[in-house]
Amino acid sequence: MALFRISPPYLAGANRVTKQMLQVLLAMVPAVIAMVYFFGVAVLINIALALVVGLLAEILMLKLRQRPIKPFITDGSAAVTAILIAVAIPPLSPWWLTVVGVVFAIVFAKQLYGGLGYNPFNPAMIGYVLLLVSFPLEMTTWLPVSSLAENPVDFHAAFQLIFHGETGTDWVADTVSGATPLDAMKTQIGQSILPEYIINQNLFGFAGGLGWEWINIWFAIGGIYLIYRRVISWHVPVAMLAALFIISGLTSMFAPEMTGSPIFHLVSGGTMIGAFFIATDPVSGSTTVKGRLVFGAGVGLLTYIIRIWGGYPDGIAFAVILMNMMVPLIDYYTQPKVYGAVK
Amino acid sequence: MSKPLGSFPGGLKLPGHKAQSTQTPIRKTPISNKLIMPLQQHIGAAAVPIVEIGEKVLKGQRIAKADGHVSVCLHAPSSGTVIAIKNHPIPHPSGLDALCMIIETDGEDRWIEREAVADFKSLSAHDIRQIVRDAGIVGLGGAGFPSFIKMNPGVRNKVETLLLNGSECEPYISCDDMLMRERADGILDGVEIMQYGLEAEEVILAIEDNKPRALSAMELALASRPHMTSTRIVIVPTRYPTGGEKQLIQVVTTKEVPSNGLPLDIGIVCHNMGTAYAVGRALYHGEPLISRIVTVTGKSVEHAGNFETLFGTPIAELLAFAKTKRQQDEAFILGGPMMGVNLSGDNLPITKTANCILVGVHDSAPEAEPLPCIRCGDCASVCPASLLPQQIYWHSRAKDFEQAENYNLFDCIECGCCDYVCPSKIPLVSYFRFAKTEIMTKQREQQKSDLARDRFETRLARQEREQKEKEERQRQRKAALAASKAKKDKEDAATTETADKEN
Repeated sequence: MALFRISPPYLAGANRVTKQMLQVLLAMVPAVIAMVYFFGVAVLINIALALVVGLLAEILMLKLRQRPIKPFITDGSAAVTAILIAVAIPPLSPWWLTVVGVVFAIVFAKQLYGGLGYNPFNPAMIGYVLLLVSFPLEMTTWLPVSSLAENPVDFHAAFQLIFHGETGTDWVADTVSGATPLDAMKTQIGQSILPEYIINQNLFGFAGGLGWEWINIWFAIGGIYLIYRRVISWHVPVAMLAALFIISGLTSMFAPEMTGSPIFHLVSGGTMIGAFFIATDPVSGSTTVKGRLVFGAGVGLLTYIIRIWGGYPDGIAFAVILMNMMVPLIDYYTQPKVYGAVK
Repeated sequence: MSKPLGSFPGGLKLPGHKAQSTQTPIRKTPISNKLIMPLQQHIGAAAVPIVEIGEKVLKGQRIAKADGHVSVCLHAPSSGTVIAIKNHPIPHPSGLDALCMIIETDGEDRWIEREAVADFKSLSAHDIRQIVRDAGIVGLGGAGFPSFIKMNPGVRNKVETLLLNGSECEPYISCDDMLMRERADGILDGVEIMQYGLEAEEVILAIEDNKPRALSAMELALASRPHMTSTRIVIVPTRYPTGGEKQLIQVVTTKEVPSNGLPLDIGIVCHNMGTAYAVGRALYHGEPLISRIVTVTGKSVEHAGNFETLFGTPIAELLAFAKTKRQQDEAFILGGPMMGVNLSGDNLPITKTANCILVGVHDSAPEAEPLPCIRCGDCASVCPASLLPQQIYWHSRAKDFEQAENYNLFDCIECGCCDYVCPSKIPLVSYFRFAKTEIMTKQREQQKSDLARDRFETRLARQEREQKEKEERQRQRKAALAASKAKKDKEDAATTETADKEN
């Protein structure tokens, strides 16, 4: 007996949610390697912890909701959410920070809304924002890139720091805390230091923050790979980056004392992971072509506004969540013209 | 002359799988002992039998007549005896039975006397339409709409373009391809007649670029008819669903058929190549439509190819003739893999709309539990009608049919592109069909209840009127009574008075 569907079409393309999510994970690998290079193996410990916690939370919630476990674990969406949070959290953060963020993302932002496909907000960003507003100190102190650290953190030290809050050795804890380049830029502009001087400090590299610029570039390369593989469409990232570039360009043209250069903004903080891996989340983003341009541009503008005038050094997460709220409106007003539509 | 082609949004490049069925010329399927003729093989009203059980019929003899305007006649595909007129399984997705005439063939295949027309230009367009109708010709592309109606330009519309659809875009199907390769001249016979009937200014033969042999055959045939100056061939790119009427019109003319409208509204009429061939046969040879070319192909078919098959031939016999590895009652697809219907049963007959029988599909869609929609929008990007399938799905699933309609549900042509690309493997088209039928049922119910309300209100008004009339009559009667009483009283009084006076 031939097994095929009862109703047409009987042909199926090869596209699957799981495949798409695996592509997303694959595309993040180079940037994660760069992060490990600049910030040490602590990044990997966080990712592993987030993955375990994320998958457990997903399984538990699916059980409670009496949904089949296998199809929803293998779809890969929980893994993507967990990893996005893991790489957004400062590498040497205590373990409970990761756990709280991931659990909140999976349980509250995703499963309680109905699981895959039904969450109005980007789960990873909800988890991240919860941590950011609840634990601002822990969330904004990054360790400096390893080349600037006097004592790079090895695996043992990282493990001890994350799980016990101390190294167990006479390792100097001072080098652990520091501001991110975006943070430094914001604080020093607040102290009326000119951006052109700020970027000469050793915290900064050739275009953005030292190390950060490379991480951003690798996220961008991974993102371009996703566009090439048609996992994401170009509309959101291009609109977001263009909006960020234009508004920072205009500001630095007319008020250079207020802002880093457009290039600085493109390769600093979470810009590229935001553009290619976060704002492109299909579930919580706009679903029309024109809508995606509006959505992306909105994320870019809001990110910049928060970076310059807001209370946080980076604004990707808030920008994405704010634009998530706009999605029904955007989708409604950006419907394509249908074949044969009579005016 | 060579205007740039248009294109339609979305669509898919699908593996064609057409080579399998185009290796051998068209073959004739042997005459079956028993031909099963459903009385409805077209869109519209079923034909009405005009022969009795036990009556001998000749090949081509009319056995059922058209009933009403949207209907066509039916003819005996071969000579023999009518042995039954009864309910019988038909190739329809509902699996329901329908009234069929069953003819036991005598093997002589003896024709009825045929009346050929030597010069169709001696006939009026109306007469030609009548012949086409009497010949039982319907659109052979798959829908089966009576062709004579589409050969009428109507009084208000002028036909600029007669478009001949040679874009067999569904994978596997190759019956039009083979017809063009082998009978190009016969097709052009019909095209000329159609153009004459429609008074069309120009004729475009639209052929996909994956059919080079059909294309050259048609070019050759057209070149040998120098008088067909207003007819040209347009090569269209192969992309599913180019062969959809609306999409082909958009590609060839860049025009769009208005929503809820007909191609005729923008001066275009579209016919299938096979239909044109049938029209030519009907006029020049006096042959009614009693057979068609059916593609039999698929993974399980050993001698795949195209078969000229009499209507009523049991599909199982055709499959056996094509050496199909198949269990008894194993399911097969009637039509293409994107829009065809899934049937089973060995007793189903070939009908006028059966263009392809497909047994065994490569890359077939698994019957799997779909994941939720992740709003990736892949469906919208392949939709040739520029719909938002993800939104229509959302509302159809929630049974919010009004919203589904607001998202232009009824402009969906059910091509299946959205299903094909969906990463969650959601059967979108099934949802859309469900929503459409629900809405139509509701509309019918609404109409019914409107009618009932009308009737009720009319009745109420009538009763009220009658009541009023009754009251009026009573009042009048009372008044009359009173008046006559008064008169009588007066008279009485007068009489008394007189009497008094007299006294």
